[in-house]
Amino acid sequence: MSSQDIPEENLPAEQDAHGAVGVADDKDPFADPGLPPHEHRVQDIDERAAKRSERVVAMLFTLSMLATIGFIAAYVGVPHDKAIYVFPIGHINALNFSLGLTLGVALFSIGAGAVHWARTLMSDVEMVDERHPIEAPPEVRAKVMDDWKQGAKESVIGRRKLIRNTMLGALTLVPLAGVVLLRDLGPLPGTKLRHTMWRKGLQLVNMNTNEPLRPEDVAVGSLTFAKPEGLEEHDEEFQTEIAKAALMIVRIQPDNIKDKRELEWSHEGIVAYSKICTHVGCPISLYEQQTHHVLCPCHQSTFDLSDGARVIFGPAGHALPQLRIGVNEEGYLEALGDFEEPVGPAFWERG
Amino acid sequence: MSTTTETTESRARGKAPAGEKLADWADGRLGIYSLAKANLRKIFPDHWSFMLGEICLYSFIIIILTGVYLTLFFHPSMNEVEYHGSYVPLQGQLMSEAFNSTMHISFDVRGGLLIRQIHHWAALIFLAGMFVHMMRVFFTGAFRKPREVNWLFGFLLFVLGMFTGFTGYSLPDDLLSGTGVRFMEGAILSVPIVGTYLSFFLFGGEFPGGDFVARFYSIHVLLLPGIMLGLVVAHLILVFVHKHTQYAGPGKNNNNVVGMPLFPVYTAKAGGFFFLVFGVIAAIAAIASINPIWSMGPYRPDQVSTGAQPDWYMGFSEGLIRVMPGWEINFWGHTLVLGVFIPLVIFPLVLVAIAVYPFIEAWVTGDRREHHILDRPRNAPTRTAFGVAWITWYMVLLVGGGNDLWATHFHLSINSITWFVRVAFFVAPVLAFIVTKRICLGLQRRDKDKVLHGRESGIIKRLPHGEFIEVHEPLSQDALHTLTAHEQYKPAEIGPTVDDNGVERKVKGSEKLRAKLSEAYFGEESQIAKPTVEEYKEITSGHGHH
Repeated sequence: MSSQDIPEENLPAEQDAHGAVGVADDKDPFADPGLPPHEHRVQDIDERAAKRSERVVAMLFTLSMLATIGFIAAYVGVPHDKAIYVFPIGHINALNFSLGLTLGVALFSIGAGAVHWARTLMSDVEMVDERHPIEAPPEVRAKVMDDWKQGAKESVIGRRKLIRNTMLGALTLVPLAGVVLLRDLGPLPGTKLRHTMWRKGLQLVNMNTNEPLRPEDVAVGSLTFAKPEGLEEHDEEFQTEIAKAALMIVRIQPDNIKDKRELEWSHEGIVAYSKICTHVGCPISLYEQQTHHVLCPCHQSTFDLSDGARVIFGPAGHALPQLRIGVNEEGYLEALGDFEEPVGPAFWERG
Repeated sequence: MSTTTETTESRARGKAPAGEKLADWADGRLGIYSLAKANLRKIFPDHWSFMLGEICLYSFIIIILTGVYLTLFFHPSMNEVEYHGSYVPLQGQLMSEAFNSTMHISFDVRGGLLIRQIHHWAALIFLAGMFVHMMRVFFTGAFRKPREVNWLFGFLLFVLGMFTGFTGYSLPDDLLSGTGVRFMEGAILSVPIVGTYLSFFLFGGEFPGGDFVARFYSIHVLLLPGIMLGLVVAHLILVFVHKHTQYAGPGKNNNNVVGMPLFPVYTAKAGGFFFLVFGVIAAIAAIASINPIWSMGPYRPDQVSTGAQPDWYMGFSEGLIRVMPGWEINFWGHTLVLGVFIPLVIFPLVLVAIAVYPFIEAWVTGDRREHHILDRPRNAPTRTAFGVAWITWYMVLLVGGGNDLWATHFHLSINSITWFVRVAFFVAPVLAFIVTKRICLGLQRRDKDKVLHGRESGIIKRLPHGEFIEVHEPLSQDALHTLTAHEQYKPAEIGPTVDDNGVERKVKGSEKLRAKLSEAYFGEESQIAKPTVEEYKEITSGHGHH
């Protein structure tokens, strides 16, 4: 809207303050010139503009009402399992999309209406409030101090030391009851972290097929995950047991195994290592066939499976524990004992 | 006395409209008029950056509203059940009841997915809002007396918000969050002496056990939000008590506050802003999926997916743990897991570094006055440089936390990124400090030039003898005042070390340190002396242009 449309009598009077602002004070050119004069908005001067603002605000509030009705309609009408294609997002759930957008519009329009109302129609004359110090004036301070001293004196706490000391003792001790109650949050660790389900004679079961593994099932270059025989998904303790017992099995040409003990504990180049990272316990799952490196996807600790699973990069502090394996009479891979050291992240008692 | 009361009362009963009567009733019991007298027309100054805190407040309210709705459907239990819901790929799969009920919310409760996504998006925005709000307060010096306590309240809200977020996104017991919980368990195990016990007490035995979802649930919906609600209320009360800070400008000074009244302008603006924030978050939740647990599947301690990332606000702790070398010390049958324990200790220190800053600055300046006028960041170069160094530190750790994503997205070696972060952890903040301080001083010089020589008008004038000059226009008094309103401290001095009788006194170490820091803050190297009236007069009274 151009200024020509504004009726002459509605224009603000020339601000006489305007002249004063430009001229620098002789004494201090940087002095505070005081609040600048209020500048009128077009709505303050032109009733037609104000009417337009009013209509915009009312339109926004009406849009909100319509959107709420749309929300209810979508809730009732759109099936909850219908997918639609929305460019450029792709296929999305129609109900979530329609509910979210209608709710978004219903809420946003209320906000936009309120803000537009405040900005264009409510008074925008700046006002000044005085501040007062946060701290109390000296006489208030003195009164509080006196009151405090008087109260302390009347309580005789300063004189009757026995009361004070026993009270402090009681108040110090009583929270101990709460601390003691926390004891049964969990059992004591004992040596639980040192042992897993593995023991001599337990067959290695393929995690995917749930079948015991034969040496010929493990090809060079493949990575197989295994669990102890007898551990089933439906078992109550499955999660806690698999968190320690999960195995990673690879076959390496025996000539390529650099670590002597590793070769000894393997079966024809088939080696079984704990799958649980020694850093903070993520399952390791990325295997590089050519180099026999495994990488933990969580924090990128890298272990060399052809060299005793020593750490070659990343934040892990020690090698992956190896499980000693052999073949039983039926020709299946079996464990020859439990891990010799604790699996998973290190802890204080690990040693 | 009693008669006057009776007459006012009878008058109120007789003629006043219903609203007024209700207000009278409430005032007689709650004393609301005295409260309203102080606050109904309370003045709040206007600046876009003052909205950042509002975004936090509103997203917090949105989180509470949607969170209550989610509790109606969520089962905080780790009992294993078979999935029979409407999401076909997971049918028949074993999962905890927590995961199962989250699937139910996402696929079978109409609008459940929307509320879940609003809840999670609002949480991300809440934390991001607090981070930016905190930076606004930091860089403008709004934390100075009398607002130090409110700074701490805000800091606590940020830290508690992080842990509320962590316990919240762990509740669905999905593969991604379970991996995060395992990480936390590994970190707790690294604590010397008590770590193993803490872990067993938290998880009710060995990881993962069957307890942590229920325990995280009560922490997430009751303990932490309860504390946070109290802190939010205290934070807001203090904002009212202190009255809001404002920027320097004509008519604004340390003893007043200039702006619009709470009623009606800010009631409409701030109230409306709540709906704007809620509306935008609802729209985001409509179009952007977040934490799609169905594509990650239920948690199994022996499974993991690549690209595992925590929510953004936990990213810097992830960075710490990823780039730390794997140091382990074994002695006397014990293991000191420094590779995990050191990050666990640095994690809170990163946050505490920024939290204690106001107290350090107050000690260096020795300034006991109240400050209600905000600093422009350039006028406090050392503070600004410290803040930017801290952000740089935080960002370097975020890069470290996403080192796998950087590697795969930009085809870089993960080893090089990790080494870069290890070096940058120490070097980048120092560089950022130096560069920021230089930039601040440069901006101060430019302000000084503007005040003394005026604004570049872009008009080139040719003088009779052939010289070309640019015409500079003098600034208005408003601008002159605004650019020179800030105070400049002088470096603190140790003072005479010999008293009147010639006896030498001992200078304490803390005194020397303070003098040194003060010199670093306010010495000639650290601020450009602002133009004086004399300088200004000398130049403006002179002839021609410069």
